[in-house]
Amino acid sequence: MSVGFIMLVHEALDRAALVARHFCEHGKPVVIHVDKRVDEDNAKWLKQKLADCAHVVFCERHACEWGSWSIVQATQTASMVMLERFPQVRHVMLASGSCLPLRPVDELERYLSDRPRTDFIESVTTDEVDWTVGGLSQERFILRFPFSWKKHRRLFDAYVRIQRALKYERNIPDGLTPHLGSQWWCLTRQTLSAILQDPRRAEFDVYFSRVWIPDESYFQTLARLYSSQIESRSLTLSKFDFQGKPHVFYDDHLQLLRRSDCFMARKIWPQAEGLFRAFLTPSERLQNVVEPNPLKIDRLFGRATERRTRGRSGLYMQGRYPNEGWENGKTAGRYSIFEGFDDLFENFDSWLERRTGNRVHRHLFAADRVQFAGNVPVYNGGLSDSAALRDYNPASFITNLTWNTRGEHQCFMFGPHDTQDIGEFLASDGNAHISVITGAWAIPLFHSNSNFADLRKEAARLQRIEAAHLNLLRTGMTKARVSIWSLAEFIEDPMEKLQMILDELGGSGQRRLTEVPKMADLTGFGQFLQNLKNQGMSPHLMGDFPVIEGETRNDGSQRPYLVK
Amino acid sequence: MGLLKSYRLRLERRRWRARAFRKRRELSELRNRTQQIGSSDVLLFCTLRNERVRLPYFLSYYRELGVDHFFFVDNGSSDGTAEYLAEQMDVSVFHTEEGYKRARFGVDWLNWLQMRYAHGHWSLTVDIDEFFVYPFCDTRPIRALTDWLDASSVKSFGTMLVDMYPKGPIDAATYREGDDPFVVSPWFDSGNYTIQKNTKYGNLWIQGGPRARAFFYDNAERAPAMNKIPLVKWNRAYAYVSSTHMLLPRGLNLVYDEWGGEKTSGCLLHAKFLDIFKEKSAEEMERKQHFANSHEYKAYNQGLSDSPDLWCQWSEKYINWRQLEILGLMSKGNWA
Repeated sequence: MSVGFIMLVHEALDRAALVARHFCEHGKPVVIHVDKRVDEDNAKWLKQKLADCAHVVFCERHACEWGSWSIVQATQTASMVMLERFPQVRHVMLASGSCLPLRPVDELERYLSDRPRTDFIESVTTDEVDWTVGGLSQERFILRFPFSWKKHRRLFDAYVRIQRALKYERNIPDGLTPHLGSQWWCLTRQTLSAILQDPRRAEFDVYFSRVWIPDESYFQTLARLYSSQIESRSLTLSKFDFQGKPHVFYDDHLQLLRRSDCFMARKIWPQAEGLFRAFLTPSERLQNVVEPNPLKIDRLFGRATERRTRGRSGLYMQGRYPNEGWENGKTAGRYSIFEGFDDLFENFDSWLERRTGNRVHRHLFAADRVQFAGNVPVYNGGLSDSAALRDYNPASFITNLTWNTRGEHQCFMFGPHDTQDIGEFLASDGNAHISVITGAWAIPLFHSNSNFADLRKEAARLQRIEAAHLNLLRTGMTKARVSIWSLAEFIEDPMEKLQMILDELGGSGQRRLTEVPKMADLTGFGQFLQNLKNQGMSPHLMGDFPVIEGETRNDGSQRPYLVK
Repeated sequence: MGLLKSYRLRLERRRWRARAFRKRRELSELRNRTQQIGSSDVLLFCTLRNERVRLPYFLSYYRELGVDHFFFVDNGSSDGTAEYLAEQMDVSVFHTEEGYKRARFGVDWLNWLQMRYAHGHWSLTVDIDEFFVYPFCDTRPIRALTDWLDASSVKSFGTMLVDMYPKGPIDAATYREGDDPFVVSPWFDSGNYTIQKNTKYGNLWIQGGPRARAFFYDNAERAPAMNKIPLVKWNRAYAYVSSTHMLLPRGLNLVYDEWGGEKTSGCLLHAKFLDIFKEKSAEEMERKQHFANSHEYKAYNQGLSDSPDLWCQWSEKYINWRQLEILGLMSKGNWA
């Protein structure tokens, strides 16, 4: 009882020689197929290199192109040589020149002799696979593929499209159910010889020679006809990335490969000196027959694919610059924008910071400089407080801020005094939560000591800016969560609204509002608005304020009542 | 992209190549060891002037990464740079006294050398103070990367320049021959880079870092570009357009993913801010041979004499590539 290896070799011949010698030294027969496209000198070199290995045999060479029938031919030829020349072989394992045995050959031998009738070949129906490249799973069995996928991709694709349009279908030979799976199998003599000596083999070969990538389906399909016991998995650890190209192992994967308990792995980078050294030297390990467990490796490569296809939300860098709409989140985390609150309440920012524990900035987009929390000149990640740097690329500023503080919730104030360019970005960002008290900018004007003509002008300007901003927030394109109150609405029941905002922020849990920010004195505000109106300006964003005091519920008391 | 635009870019590329071909006459061979180059060798290209003190570490760093052959264009050094390079067994040295600026900051010279020698090779184009860092660079040589890029049919590899600076005045970061510059100058900015897309060439235009923060805070547009594409599987039909910021054909500039994913990318650690820099910037001011009428150097000179400390509370201290990966300054992509 023994296991024999077939090696399909086309590059890194020196490494293939090492591995073949390793098998041979452990008394296992090896049949090597060298791709015909490898030049004669190199092929000769390999033969010489292995001349002293009695159990190493070279078979007739075929020119192998990726995805073509020739690879199956090479496998068939080598298999026949193996079965004829080494009658004691019970299991035949197919390997490539860039495979590396991870466990001692004797462990494999024992594992297989415990399962003498089992064929290890990944073999699944086309409905169950999701790893096929180009979406061709069932179609690879019923369409024709006269053009090379690697060399003439456009012709290949066009021909597929034409056949789809014409609803062309080849007939699958009777009795075959197409199965797919990893190219790297380990079959019993019984199954393998049954496939190779099948009276209908000529028919099957003609059929499969026109299937796309037959090396992933020929043995996988035919084994289903003859095998008494199929374990649908490969003993060779071989992972493919999202483009269908095999992942490569390097020296730094040593521990991972060790712990995987897989028998064989591919592809190994030919210059991964450390791996070849570690796995091809006789080990002191106890003979154990544990099952292979590539879970950790699966996870590693799964994460890599995730990184390549989805990336990290909110990150913009030299390798990731998503088109509009493809960001998976424009920013790295949620943040809140408060507009008008610091006009209505004194020290709103420090109150909010105390209540929520979040980082609360003042006006990040103030015209003269960035007002970071704590008034610092430089913030996380080296963000500068320079308005020029910020305004040069405001979107970058906000994505940088959220990226640099990921895990923290940022809050900042915004208003019509600030530079407005960022408005569109904020509105379109699903991570932004914008709360607006419209018209609150009039309160500081009301309290100021300027000439009324100037006040009126300023009020008109600010109202224009805020109105434009509100229009932006109200378009159908807005993805941000937006709450808008007019000043009059808000002061009707400020406590309820503040409580709502705190609940949304989640920082203070379910605690009741006990401490409230001090509200600005609005005595005479109605008259102020009326004066603006009288002078020909129309202040409409504040909502309705009665001119005569005492008619509103909030009759100018400085502390609004608490909500129970 | 329209046919017309594509045709224009083709003409432009042809112009750059013709220019490089013309400029070949400005180069004389000091030592040509190119017959040693093997068919799969990784090549490095660099223009320099009076950088003798930086050379030993530079060469050993890149030899360690697995660069097989170095090309240097010595632009009129007087400090023994050329002589030192000529002694190195894996170096080919070319010499010129012509203007750096008129050769578009050395791009023409290197384009010529690449056209002549780099066809079919992976070619790394860096300045003498730029140190290439890529995912797994501490355990995998550059050949592992280029083999993987080959297998993935990727022809160019994107990086960002990361300015490294000392804590305290730049004068105090003493650099001695053979030293790792990042021992005295290990700090960098992790999150203040801005990105725009250049619609003409398709590359990203990245600015920011400590230079923008300290020297260009009132003139952000002029801040130097940090996007670089230094590693390219060269073809004689290619040409760098402006430094290594972008090249033609345009497809080579698409080193970033546009559908949300991350492409594998690296960094160039920029060992600029060392005590030797101040002299250098004074000299460059005099020669007026640098970008934008030496505007950049003017800013430095001013900045350096005013407040020469780039360090701030949020500066990060360099540890390894994994740190840069976590900070989002580079990405493993799907290379695992």
